[in-house]
Amino acid sequence: MAAIALMMVGHVNLGVVDQVRARVTDAFTPILNIMSRPASSVADGLEYVRQLVDLHDENARLREENTRLRQWEQTALRLEAENRSLRSLLSFKAEAPASTIAARVVADTGGSFVRTMVVTAGSRDGVRRGQAAMSGQGLAGRIVQVGERSARILLITDLNARIPVVLEESRQRAMMAGDNSDHPTLMYIPASTALKDGERVFTSGHGGLFPPGLPVGIVRVDASGQPRVVPMVDLSRIEHVQIVDFGSTEGLAAEQGGRSDSIE
Amino acid sequence: MAVGFWQRLDQLGRNMLPFSVTVMAMLLSMMPLPLPGYSMVTPPLVLMSLFYWVIHRPDLLRPLVVFALGIFYDLIAGTLLGVSSMSLILAYWLLITQRRFFLGRSFVMLWIGFAVVSIGAGAVQWIVYALTEARLLDARPVLVQWLLGVALFPLPTYLFQRLHRAYLS
Repeated sequence: MAAIALMMVGHVNLGVVDQVRARVTDAFTPILNIMSRPASSVADGLEYVRQLVDLHDENARLREENTRLRQWEQTALRLEAENRSLRSLLSFKAEAPASTIAARVVADTGGSFVRTMVVTAGSRDGVRRGQAAMSGQGLAGRIVQVGERSARILLITDLNARIPVVLEESRQRAMMAGDNSDHPTLMYIPASTALKDGERVFTSGHGGLFPPGLPVGIVRVDASGQPRVVPMVDLSRIEHVQIVDFGSTEGLAAEQGGRSDSIE
Repeated sequence: MAVGFWQRLDQLGRNMLPFSVTVMAMLLSMMPLPLPGYSMVTPPLVLMSLFYWVIHRPDLLRPLVVFALGIFYDLIAGTLLGVSSMSLILAYWLLITQRRFFLGRSFVMLWIGFAVVSIGAGAVQWIVYALTEARLLDARPVLVQWLLGVALFPLPTYLFQRLHRAYLS
């Protein structure tokens, strides 16, 4: 019996497995969707109570933040206008605006070794393999499997996740590699580069998988000197994701050709 | 004739109990809970269900069914195909050979038994993943998962027992 199991393991590389996976996940998604609702209601309830407790402080904090953001808004509007006029001088070709598809997370699976999520949007909603999944302020993962009405997201923390990124200030490119911990590592950074703690990390758009400039996280050098990225999103609390369709078939071509990153 | 049919349907439904409970356990263990790190250390509900039913009603949970459940788990959870089947089947084999030992023992003995079986299952998964990734993986999530599973064991087992008594005795 163990031999049969091992044989199955050996077949992992077949594309058939992927299709079966998509079908089975499709079939179970409605059930998971219904079952996850009470869980999320309980979670919402707990969140509500927690929020009631620090309502007052939260309000004060938000007021303060609001005044600060208003100033930023003015700056941003000014810069946007300036940017637009400068771009028109250069006849810069702007990128096609990305559209997004919203989906609910219905299963958070994989146990100790795999970081994936199942969401309720599939090929009929326009989800394609390789698209980026965002949650709120940051990148959460990448679509690795698409069924008719469900899709699987490989989170950026998964052992097999590789995402080309760029650091905000130094413009240093790097590869962000998940290692199943909460904070993915940064690879291929020259030793001469001075990394700043707290520097922001964005997708670089290299390899054509993701649009450039999606916020990913913040650099933090850990105790052993290894640079890591603290994701912008709390991956354990995602309830909904936005799947970014940036209207390019380039991503798929890059995936089929170069396999810049690997999924099992 | 009609009575016979309904009786048989009723019996079939009752006999499906271990299977359906295990499937429910599988789906429940996939529910997203907004707890930090929870998805890494989700308690092994499937294993608990398997443990209970194999000891009490092995005739209603056949090895092939267990194998199929493992495959379904792997397909939905996105884990390596075959890993769950293998760990579940090994647990099944261990339990079926030691079944007489567990039957009629005190609850504490069952609890210790589950601790042994679940650390074994965790170790099998860890070894398979380490082999496929060709490197040593962090074993801490496995240990935390094991501790959590052992700590929660009495609760699901109590529920299984209630279901068992209500429908199958």
